[in-house]
Amino acid sequence: MTDPQHAATISVLVQNAPGVLVRVAGLIRRRGVNIHSLSVGPTEDPSISRMTIVVDTAPERTEQFAKQLRKVVEVLRATSIDSTPAVDRELALIKVNVTPGTRLEIMEIANVFRASVVDLTDKTMTLEVTGRGEKVDAFVTLLAKYGIREMARTGQVTLVRGAQNT
Amino acid sequence: MARQMTAAKPSPPAERPRQMNGAQTLVEALRREGVEMLFGHPGGASLPIYDALYDAQDIRHILVRHEQVAAHAAVGYARASGRVGVCTATSGPGATNLITGITDAMMDSAPIVAITGQVPRPVIGNDAFQEADVTGITMPITKYNTLVMRAMDIPKAVRMAFYLAKTGRPGPVLVDIPRDVSQELCEPDFDEDPSLPGYRPVVDGNPGQIAEAADALSAAERPIVYAGGGIISSGATPELTALADRTGIPVVLTLMGKGAMDETHPRCLGMFGMHGSAFANWAINRADVILAVGVRFDDRVTGRLKDFAPHARFIHIDIDPAEIGKNKPAHIPIVGDAKRVLAALVPLVRPPKIEAWWKQIEEWRERYPFRYRQRDGRISHQYVCDLLNRLTGGRAIVVTDVGQHQMWMAQWYKCREPRTFISSGGLGAMGFGFPAALGAKFARPDKQVIALVGDGGFQMTLQDLITAVEHGLSLPIFILNNGALGMVRQWQTFFYRGRFSSSILRNPNFAKIGEAYGARGIRVDQPEEVERALRTALETEGVPCVVDILCDPEENCLPMIPSGQSVAEMILDD
Repeated sequence: MTDPQHAATISVLVQNAPGVLVRVAGLIRRRGVNIHSLSVGPTEDPSISRMTIVVDTAPERTEQFAKQLRKVVEVLRATSIDSTPAVDRELALIKVNVTPGTRLEIMEIANVFRASVVDLTDKTMTLEVTGRGEKVDAFVTLLAKYGIREMARTGQVTLVRGAQNT
Repeated sequence: MARQMTAAKPSPPAERPRQMNGAQTLVEALRREGVEMLFGHPGGASLPIYDALYDAQDIRHILVRHEQVAAHAAVGYARASGRVGVCTATSGPGATNLITGITDAMMDSAPIVAITGQVPRPVIGNDAFQEADVTGITMPITKYNTLVMRAMDIPKAVRMAFYLAKTGRPGPVLVDIPRDVSQELCEPDFDEDPSLPGYRPVVDGNPGQIAEAADALSAAERPIVYAGGGIISSGATPELTALADRTGIPVVLTLMGKGAMDETHPRCLGMFGMHGSAFANWAINRADVILAVGVRFDDRVTGRLKDFAPHARFIHIDIDPAEIGKNKPAHIPIVGDAKRVLAALVPLVRPPKIEAWWKQIEEWRERYPFRYRQRDGRISHQYVCDLLNRLTGGRAIVVTDVGQHQMWMAQWYKCREPRTFISSGGLGAMGFGFPAALGAKFARPDKQVIALVGDGGFQMTLQDLITAVEHGLSLPIFILNNGALGMVRQWQTFFYRGRFSSSILRNPNFAKIGEAYGARGIRVDQPEEVERALRTALETEGVPCVVDILCDPEENCLPMIPSGQSVAEMILDD
């Protein structure tokens, strides 16, 4: 779980080239900081990818991280976005144990969180939920008592609100 | 010798065949970058490259005996000349032997390009013979690196490597070339521009910030300039000197900044930091406005950060934005090239009223000059350094190794011009001195180049004496031999109750080693013999001269601000 006091989000636009992910991750590792989550995917331009990195660090160190990241030749832009209004989302797939007695109960919880059932067997149910990290955390906590068999989270993706670029 | 045989062959026709292999493409790309010399050692994966070099009469390959020497020599070459130094090694062990030198280049912002052979493409990642993940290993110690997977991509990779190495904040770039790429035929395009959308160094400082800096300096009561290696990289010595001349503001230098300004200039207070002069340290710590240029607030310079110049406002000029505010917050940050920013700043500064400040500084300077004692019958290290300074007039290129001798030379050698003091500052790599001096001498055969090393560090890379002999280099190598890893022994004296754990050395006879390699060898153990030995070595032509100087085994390097402490805790005498 992320401690919001010590989590910082950095959005990085990179040229889609071999080794870039290692360079970016290595820069952060070298400073002894844990990467809480990291998501990478293409942007509207297929030659450019966006990485959204959540690191466990004090906010005052975030700008130094962004500056170091900008030194990577393939990094086009690195922004610390904690002080800017932004939209954060994360997707999680959660596979929980079900019995005929708990199935409806779990689906009710899923409804509240606008999660959807994406797979169902007589013993398991896989749910998909999207939202801010805290919402996903809360959902996971509620499901824990049924027994979570496995879970995959994408890590946070973020865009700044409004016309301004991230 | 093979090289002499090739020299008799006619030069290749001006019009080159359209098709060439990757190795020939590499050599042509190096030629187009103006490379005249590279330092290296061949091996399996770089055989095609060496085959192509065999035909290149205009590019000299200096065969070294250990790849570490190739990398350090490339740094010495770069720092003595301002040009990009080039080194090359084969895959696996050849490339890993370059690591120390590449790291040194990274820490001290030296522009070098390392070219390494790699195993053939089909076996990359299969733990092939002499395979190492060199781009992986060197990722944190290079400004950029690349594994070239097609021969036709070599011209672009080489252009990019040189461009990145020498622009912005200079640094090492590594190009890794699989053997079969070197052998692959291609039709190279040497004019293709590499696209670097993410790399745009800012060279011109923000005018508003520069004006603010000028105002701060003009109004200061106790201003000082803290100048470092960035001045030398950007060639800003005239601008720095003009600033001091025009405004009277005193200048202190870092180890990397030695040569940034003539140290005999009355406004220059010389080196400060852990082993800098007491007066320079007092001055910067009492300053109210500090203009930091081309520096990175290294811990060996600042000591404990919160107590470093606690009353000062900092103006920080650097080409690397990540250095500004990294260790110490900058009140007036200016991103830009030192030369351009200083050129814009100098005319805006109104000379501040600092007569009282100078009076105080002169008083400190008189009270705490560098000094040394000469014990009976023992040769003082500082005396040797002082004498070398006097005999060369501070006009030679001095290359040091790492340790006590390095700090003593930094204290006593008064550089008159840039690129005359070459030392492993950030990395502090023992074994750097002699190979870097080799590179410096190749870069500047017209200049007196001297190597000053310790008995410990010299033994890490002395095998390349043969390289200096082979090329008939007039290179004096002075060993301040105290029979110890002196700086380790000093710390053990001060901080480990004199428990000399593994710091006392049993040494060979260095003069005889020199002679065995075909160099001249001199051994000195009496103070009155020193001057004649130094003169003989400085005048020796066409062959290196190893001067083993048996110095006082107990001398400590002072003053010293112990690691992590402040100027208040400075040790002045032992």
